[in-house]
Amino acid sequence: MSTSLRRFLITRILLTIPMVLILVTMIFFVMRVLPGDPIRSQLGPRVSEEQADALRERLGLNRPLYIQYFDFLWDMVTFNFGNALTQGERPIKDELGERLPATIELTIPAISLTALIGIFSGAFAAKNRKKPIDYIIRLISIAIYSIPIFFMGLIFQILFSVRIPIFPLAGRMDTLMLTNFRSITNFYVLDAILTQNWPALWSAIMHLAMPSITLGLALSGVFVRLTRVNMIEMLQSDFITAGRARGIPENKLTYRHALRNTFIPILTMLGLQFAILLAGAVLTETTFSWPGVGRYLVERIQLRDYTAVQATVGVFALFVALISLLMDVLYAFIDPRIRY
Amino acid sequence: MTTNKEILMEIRDLSVEYTTRLGQVSAVDKISFDIYKGEILGLVGESGCGKSTMGKALMRMIQPPGKITGGQIIFDGEDIMTYDDDQMRDFRGRRVSMIFQDPMTSLNPVQRVDEHVIEAIQVHEPETKTETALKRAEKLIQKLGIRKNRMNSYPHQLSGGMRQRVMVGLGLVLNADLIVADEATTSLDVIVEAKLADQLRQIREDFDVSLLVITHNIALVAELSDRVAVMYAGHVVEIADVEPIFDNPLHPYTKGLLDSIPNIKLDEKEVLYKMPGEPPNLTHPPSGCRFHPRCPFAMPICSKYEPDFKEVTPGRQVKCWLYIDHPEKEQATIEVQA
Repeated sequence: MSTSLRRFLITRILLTIPMVLILVTMIFFVMRVLPGDPIRSQLGPRVSEEQADALRERLGLNRPLYIQYFDFLWDMVTFNFGNALTQGERPIKDELGERLPATIELTIPAISLTALIGIFSGAFAAKNRKKPIDYIIRLISIAIYSIPIFFMGLIFQILFSVRIPIFPLAGRMDTLMLTNFRSITNFYVLDAILTQNWPALWSAIMHLAMPSITLGLALSGVFVRLTRVNMIEMLQSDFITAGRARGIPENKLTYRHALRNTFIPILTMLGLQFAILLAGAVLTETTFSWPGVGRYLVERIQLRDYTAVQATVGVFALFVALISLLMDVLYAFIDPRIRY
Repeated sequence: MTTNKEILMEIRDLSVEYTTRLGQVSAVDKISFDIYKGEILGLVGESGCGKSTMGKALMRMIQPPGKITGGQIIFDGEDIMTYDDDQMRDFRGRRVSMIFQDPMTSLNPVQRVDEHVIEAIQVHEPETKTETALKRAEKLIQKLGIRKNRMNSYPHQLSGGMRQRVMVGLGLVLNADLIVADEATTSLDVIVEAKLADQLRQIREDFDVSLLVITHNIALVAELSDRVAVMYAGHVVEIADVEPIFDNPLHPYTKGLLDSIPNIKLDEKEVLYKMPGEPPNLTHPPSGCRFHPRCPFAMPICSKYEPDFKEVTPGRQVKCWLYIDHPEKEQATIEVQA
């Protein structure tokens, strides 16, 4: 690692600190401005003031706001996160530890699928520009782009789970199978492999299929169009013409020379889309009853569980920052003109 | 001249048309000429006269909306117009290669120089091992004046002149018989340009290739070529050895073109010749001779019939009514001294 790359990385990592700080601060105050509070959501509207005050004191919500704020910041810095305010007041660390792997297990195949579908059909459309297949690909991509994720999920559920029962409707694994399934990391696919529980692995993959395809497909529309536009430009560039004049086969020109040069804008978009992917995960998880962070966040926002929401958003922000950092480092590997 | 008059490529009635919203544009119209083995042929003309289209058409590299609409390109006894895609792909690079105008953008920015050369070799000779290909490439690159350790540079790490030499190397590495240099020196500064011109001449000697130098730079053509073809509005209007064409241009367009070159020795009173009119719109080319609306010697017949491309003296062809007899022609035909 060169010194300049190291300096670049350090700067970027330092820059994520104010970014995350601003975000969690905003969330902290927005949550408290919202009508409703965790006390009422827990105890209901009919309890006496004394009972509510007792709970408020126990949760530390009666303290001055600035003390709560700095307390919360300290929890973030130490990655301790404290306890949730609702639903049994468990440590948030444990709750995220169960939920986060589920979301990651869903997003990895989803983003891979997005990239694969997007890049290859985009490149293929560009190569066959103005032929019928190009119009078909463009039409499908714009259709996919405009369908809301939850709607697409519902359609898939009706088609491939109810009408033609291939895939399970919801959840991460068959309920019966869960009884003798030992979870180590909470990544079910990984756990099934580690414990060599092959039926469980199959069940996990089958449960993963529909949600990850839904999420991956929904995001791929943008990539199809982005890749296509950039590829068309690349295919008209001088070095492609020069390559053609050297007798290099068209397929090689398209999928090696031109495609590699379009990776920069694609990577940028992939990094940006990661935030949208997490948002999409919220909808997908809700549709498919997937017990991930997305659904967790929605539940806890409804319960006004301040600490749980703040911690989850903070973790999301860290993830997005980390991914964009990863993209910046990847640029340098793909394009020799970029050096830090 | 050094040419031994053995024909390498015969172009017969080659036509290229572009489809535009305003109609068909005939960028190259029934052009016929020969390229001899080992010669440097200069192809000159104004911007938009079809010279680059011509160069691309020789390798059948016209992209839509353009299309070769007729004619033959006979290379080594075979009409390459009858080749299928695979034969054509093999033809490009191996038999005829091309050097382009902008060396800055003609190399893949994410590929190293050696990767370019090895790829070019292995595409045509899949059996060649990478090390063998690399050795061959190194030898060639050094011959072109690029140090061996530059082989693993990326294009952006090289200067314009170096990149153009890499392009030349890529054109030579498969021992092509003809190199089409399309404005290859235009984007280089004069000193680098002169060097490259020198190098091109050297290459002709060393590799025994023919060169088709497409340019609007008449000085370069005078310096470099054995023969010159002058293009105007999709036609080759005159073709001859370099000296006769500069000493005694026959076609009025060639005359005008040569008179338009600025010259410091020009008498103060003399004004630089400015050709009247504009190059024609090729969607609706002028009737008869395409040059007649701008021609100072135009006769009534010029707007009626298109003149043939006629050999007026051995090795010299002109497309002009001044040198051709016709019953409807009113003035006497000019006698040409050989």
